[in-house]
Amino acid sequence: MATKGILGRKLGMTQVWEGDRVIPVTVIEAGPCRVVQLKTPERDGYSAVQLAFGETKETRLSQGELGHLKAAGAPATRTLAELRVESLEGFEIGQIVKADVFEAGDIIDVTGITKGKGFAGGMKRHNFKGQGASHGNHKKHRAPGSVGACATPARVFKGQKMAGHMGATRVTTLNLRVVQGDAERNLILIKGAVPGPNGGLVFLRNAVKKGAKA
Amino acid sequence: MNRTDLVDRASLRDDIPDFAPGDTLKVHVRVVEGNRERVQLFQGHVIRRQGDGIRETFTVRKVSFGVGVERTFPVHSPTISKIELAIHGDVRRAKLYYQRDRIGKKAKIKEKRF
Repeated sequence: MATKGILGRKLGMTQVWEGDRVIPVTVIEAGPCRVVQLKTPERDGYSAVQLAFGETKETRLSQGELGHLKAAGAPATRTLAELRVESLEGFEIGQIVKADVFEAGDIIDVTGITKGKGFAGGMKRHNFKGQGASHGNHKKHRAPGSVGACATPARVFKGQKMAGHMGATRVTTLNLRVVQGDAERNLILIKGAVPGPNGGLVFLRNAVKKGAKA
Repeated sequence: MNRTDLVDRASLRDDIPDFAPGDTLKVHVRVVEGNRERVQLFQGHVIRRQGDGIRETFTVRKVSFGVGVERTFPVHSPTISKIELAIHGDVRRAKLYYQRDRIGKKAKIKEKRF
């Protein structure tokens, strides 16, 4: 289970030199986040830390949300997220989490909402092969082909891959390496790509499955 | 300005001379052999300079033992120890791909007189 986490915004991708090699990095504007609630097994049935991120106007929030933040002494913030933790030790309400929770070399997981692709066909959505460009093919170049047999089973199986809505789902990319953490400018550089558009909200936590693999 | 430019600024080099396609460059390249490091010289005409910021690259062409050799370097690469501008060339294009079809005297680039 995670022990560290932070909310941020994806700024975009660029590249940095690491020795003589260039590596692709995603720049995240991470934090500062404020701990606004601790969920305990006694009261909530599980332990988690609630983080608040992104300043906003008080008028944008409901009275309930404002009251919740006020109880923790936090200003009006746009986003709340929970980090499930093993133990709440070391966390307290009002604590500020900055980009330096992660340092260079840390392995992390990044969660975001992927870019929406709208109603996408089988080739784009499920990597179908499509059909021939020639040999008499007529208006069926990107069609999916057969979806099943005839009288037996006389229906299409559930879960059959077809065209449909693609993207705009919550996706976690596992085991990405932190290249650099910069608390002064609230930046974290991560090797590789992370889900979502530039400007999209992302949630960073230390890798939860890395131990099982190593 | 892109918001990632701030990150790039740290890796940009400021010791690169102004050069353009047609110029003759001496590129001093650091070569690592095992744990020994030495500097290799690559001299030729710049036939292309493309990209922007940290991603900018240039291509140097030379003819070595009758064989054309082109090497593309990132402008801000740390493997380049030094770039020397030998001759300003007088050319009319940004991309000198026509050089690939020329040999001998025809491939010569006039020197720019100011």
